Amino acid sequence: MNGKNIFATRWGIIGVGACIGILAPLLQKLGNPGNMGICVACFERDIAGGLGLHRAAVVQYIRPEIIGFVLGALVAAYLCKEYRPRAGSAPIVRFVLGVFAMIGALVFLGCPWRAMLRLAGGDGNAILGLAGLTFGIWIGTLFLKNGYNLGRSQTTHTTAGWMLPLIMIGFLVLLLIFPQIEGQDKNGVLFYSLKGPGSMHAPLLVSLAVGLGIGFLAQRSRFCTMGAIRDVVLFGQTHLLSGLLALLVSAFLTNLALSQFKMGFAGQPVAHTQHIWNFAGMALSGLAFALAGGCPGRQLFLAGEGDGDAAVFVMGMIVGAGIAHNFGLASSPEGVGAYGVPAVIVGFLVCLFIGFTMRRKSA
Amino acid sequence: MAATVDARGLSCPQPVIMTLDEIKKGQSNEIIILVDTDTSKENVTRAAESQGFTVDKVTSEGEGYRISITRGQA
Repeated sequence: MNGKNIFATRWGIIGVGACIGILAPLLQKLGNPGNMGICVACFERDIAGGLGLHRAAVVQYIRPEIIGFVLGALVAAYLCKEYRPRAGSAPIVRFVLGVFAMIGALVFLGCPWRAMLRLAGGDGNAILGLAGLTFGIWIGTLFLKNGYNLGRSQTTHTTAGWMLPLIMIGFLVLLLIFPQIEGQDKNGVLFYSLKGPGSMHAPLLVSLAVGLGIGFLAQRSRFCTMGAIRDVVLFGQTHLLSGLLALLVSAFLTNLALSQFKMGFAGQPVAHTQHIWNFAGMALSGLAFALAGGCPGRQLFLAGEGDGDAAVFVMGMIVGAGIAHNFGLASSPEGVGAYGVPAVIVGFLVCLFIGFTMRRKSA
Repeated sequence: MAATVDARGLSCPQPVIMTLDEIKKGQSNEIIILVDTDTSKENVTRAAESQGFTVDKVTSEGEGYRISITRGQA
């Protein structure tokens, strides 16, 4: 598979975005929660719940889509000789950015992927979220222009790059050994939801297959929802944006075809209408993604191709989900959690501190 | 004498920022960029071409690529 990478062309990225935009609403049709055919943050949060890292009863499920994203990217990277184990670019900072990216996403109730899918499903609150996301990324670009930099990674052992893929295989094995039993909230070591978003999911094999397919395509095309906005703000480049817009259009059309489109602000699935916090939560997330160099999906695909620093970011997000629910930071359809507002403020302070202080010029 | 930008080990979007900074300096008509991932190779190539540079040669070097670009169309 050497030679020109067709997925990295303009039509390649548009095709991949359109493909994701069709598959996500289909997953919703097959059982995933409303406007949540795919949500990287929500699904990692559900994995945290499935493992018992938090005990929010309504969001517990080892989501096969996430497992597929990492393993699909791994397969693509190996087939195309792009697997390159690397690590060591400020991992602990990436972990902290992952924690706050998740907290911001759970205040909004979705990652950039779900923000687009919510908009494509008619949820007006997503407009506030996407505006916040853009604002957060814009702040990130100011740091980037001023020399913000997490430093160089080093080539490392193949095994190091395999750690997150192996963890994902471990999750899959657990899911197969301890499958959901009708009416039970626990089987073996895994927790399951009996109601709420965690109880809603497409069949395991379908979720896994779609995850693998998207993981493969996204690794080849470098699809990134944060990069889409960042590249326009920073370079005036619309390459990645064209993929994101293709996702929006195709998800909108698919929702129309499946009668899943419902326009409005109130009563939208897994969403609240506190505009300021929809904006601020996603702004925090956008800033954290921009400082870490990729959206939550992209971090999974990078981890699949051997990037150990992206893997640390992913673990930060999973741990962040545990913190968000244990500390009452996460929102619910009723609104922002008890400590959600101070958490967003703390998150901003931490991200600004990182942005202002990590300006070591690479030699 | 071509300017050299060493972007190896740096994650997105640093390689592109460094390449554009070198281009903006305007001192070199030929720039060599060292990167270590295919993503960086594609991004740098795309950015250079958008600035009116031509990609002359991309060769494998060590565990990455050596991209040589020159000002103007070929």
